[in-house]
Amino acid sequence: MARALNEALDVALGNDDRVVLLGEDVGSTGGVFRITDGLLERHGPSRVFDTPVAESGIVGAAFGMAVAGLRPVAELQFLGFSYPAFDQIVSHVGRIRNRSNHRFTAPLVIRIPYGGGIGAAEHHSESNEAIYAHTPGVKVVVPSSPTDAKGLLLAAIADPDPVIFLEPIRLYRAVKEEVPEGHYTVPIGAARVVGEGTDVTLISYGAMMRDVIWAADVLATDGIAAEVIDLRTLAPLDHDAISRSAAKTGRVVVAVEAHRSGSLASEVAAIVQERALYSMLAPVERVTGYDTVVPLKRSEKHYIPGVGRIVAAARRALEA
Amino acid sequence: MDPLRLLAVDGRLIGEAPIGLDETLRLFAAMVTARVYDRKGSALQRQGRLATYAQFEGQEAAQIGSAVALRPDDWMAGTYRDAAAMWFHGYTWDKLLLGRMGDERGGAPPAGVNVLPPSITVGGHMIHAVGLGWAERLRGSDRIAITYFGDGATSEGDFHEAMNFAAVFKTPTVFLCENNGWAISMPRARQTSSETIAQKADAYGMPGVLVDGNDLLAMVAATREAVDRARAGGGPTLIEALTYRMAPHTTTDDAGRYRAGEDVEEWRTQDPIERVREYLKGAGAWNQAWEDDVSAKAAADIEAAVERAESLTPLSPDAMFDRMYARPTAVLEAQRRAVFRDEGGGA
Repeated sequence: MARALNEALDVALGNDDRVVLLGEDVGSTGGVFRITDGLLERHGPSRVFDTPVAESGIVGAAFGMAVAGLRPVAELQFLGFSYPAFDQIVSHVGRIRNRSNHRFTAPLVIRIPYGGGIGAAEHHSESNEAIYAHTPGVKVVVPSSPTDAKGLLLAAIADPDPVIFLEPIRLYRAVKEEVPEGHYTVPIGAARVVGEGTDVTLISYGAMMRDVIWAADVLATDGIAAEVIDLRTLAPLDHDAISRSAAKTGRVVVAVEAHRSGSLASEVAAIVQERALYSMLAPVERVTGYDTVVPLKRSEKHYIPGVGRIVAAARRALEA
Repeated sequence: MDPLRLLAVDGRLIGEAPIGLDETLRLFAAMVTARVYDRKGSALQRQGRLATYAQFEGQEAAQIGSAVALRPDDWMAGTYRDAAAMWFHGYTWDKLLLGRMGDERGGAPPAGVNVLPPSITVGGHMIHAVGLGWAERLRGSDRIAITYFGDGATSEGDFHEAMNFAAVFKTPTVFLCENNGWAISMPRARQTSSETIAQKADAYGMPGVLVDGNDLLAMVAATREAVDRARAGGGPTLIEALTYRMAPHTTTDDAGRYRAGEDVEEWRTQDPIERVREYLKGAGAWNQAWEDDVSAKAAADIEAAVERAESLTPLSPDAMFDRMYARPTAVLEAQRRAVFRDEGGGA
């Protein structure tokens, strides 16, 4: 996935001279996860900027650039480091179109690695995407495959509105697949049915998708046909995809590694009960992290839901 | 550090005037007009025709004396107290009023006017002027960006990030601090232990200038130098305009709870409009009939602006959904339908 993202940025820089990259260490080192590797050399110092360590400054400057007509792609190093920029995102990035009645817009992308599973230090394993999905005026996108990662990032850069682009850290180098060459886009706002099934629906996004797909494989060995849905965009959420599958299977398991209360899992459960209640054969099962700080390396595995918890939740739904 | 001053408090010219008498008359008329607007805004609020209004009385020279240094296509990012600067740079009175009436359509200045709608939160907008100017440079344009903010905003972390970014990337940005002595109830002396705000520029590696903000000619001279430097690729400048907030923070504030009236009376003797009037009188360029005409025209123009703003077709109940994205999302469209269902209206 890291290479697909790098390709997307390379294509965007090559195709559109309004695109610029800025962030901490994105230039000469290619970013802490090397997503921008080689882009400074290839596109030059007037396109790729190493900035001072100042997340609010990075997003605020990118906002000004976008209003002036550029297409900046800002990188924040970890979701847990994004909070200094939260005010810029909530108070300005998500509001300028509304505040100016469309007169000024901020078509920027904020790329942020997120999620745990790599045993990193405190603040490096956060999955607080719900706070951005709750923010009006921005879109929130989370890819789970290299092909989607490239196509969604190119779509985000082309989007007329600001996009928070969350990259699952533990999938950066975990998934390998051939991705189409050159420029292509994957639509923002559309979930993807990864695998069709009739017995139970497994819904997730981003880093958890790998575990969800493994869980579906485990269930398949018992003859259970799980339908697997990758939300891909958290704001705006694809309500139709959620309710269509819920109505089809009557059983929904939604898996996120975020804190449980007020999570996207809660939102999915609400959508299911609003739009598919009378088709439901079991309560919606939420498989989530807990309302605790994400534990450090030694205990992290007890926090992040794995295949076991997803399979167990599916079985509970099937037995209901 | 003594502030740059070209006009003494009594209107005597004590330096080299950066502009001729005709231009001074034009700017004097603009200051008079801005004050008519400011008093009208305050009156309209008392009549319940505006929501909260933030007066800028006393800061007319700081705003118009700086805005005049800009080219029409330059960027401006200011606050809720910068209506005079915004208007002088092309925002219209009716749009400014509309915003204060609580109508988002007031946030859209006319096409070609590069003035962002006022920032209501304190301090977050300074970095925008860094990004705006930076983008212009990257595109090979020589537009610059100016940002207006108060002494209180310099305590925000974003002031530091904006100043630092601007200096590191040498962006064409002018930081115009209107030090009006007060951040709601907090006096300047308790806002920072620095002797001046201008001196903070040193730490960032950019020029800092202290100016008598109630001196129109000094404001023109200092801002012109900063704008010229930015346009020529010389990077950012911090200008501290020493002025005074003559009115309460906003129409909801009672300044009597935290400051003595004597300060206000003392500053009234340094009134920026009065000072230019005395200067023009001394040069034989002013007469009462002319100023009366200026005031009358301002009153008529602003009355017409109020009329335009108040007679605008009311916003549809679902207009909020149309402003969020280039096209409303499916989620918003579903919520739009709910508004009509719940309010019993029809589209």
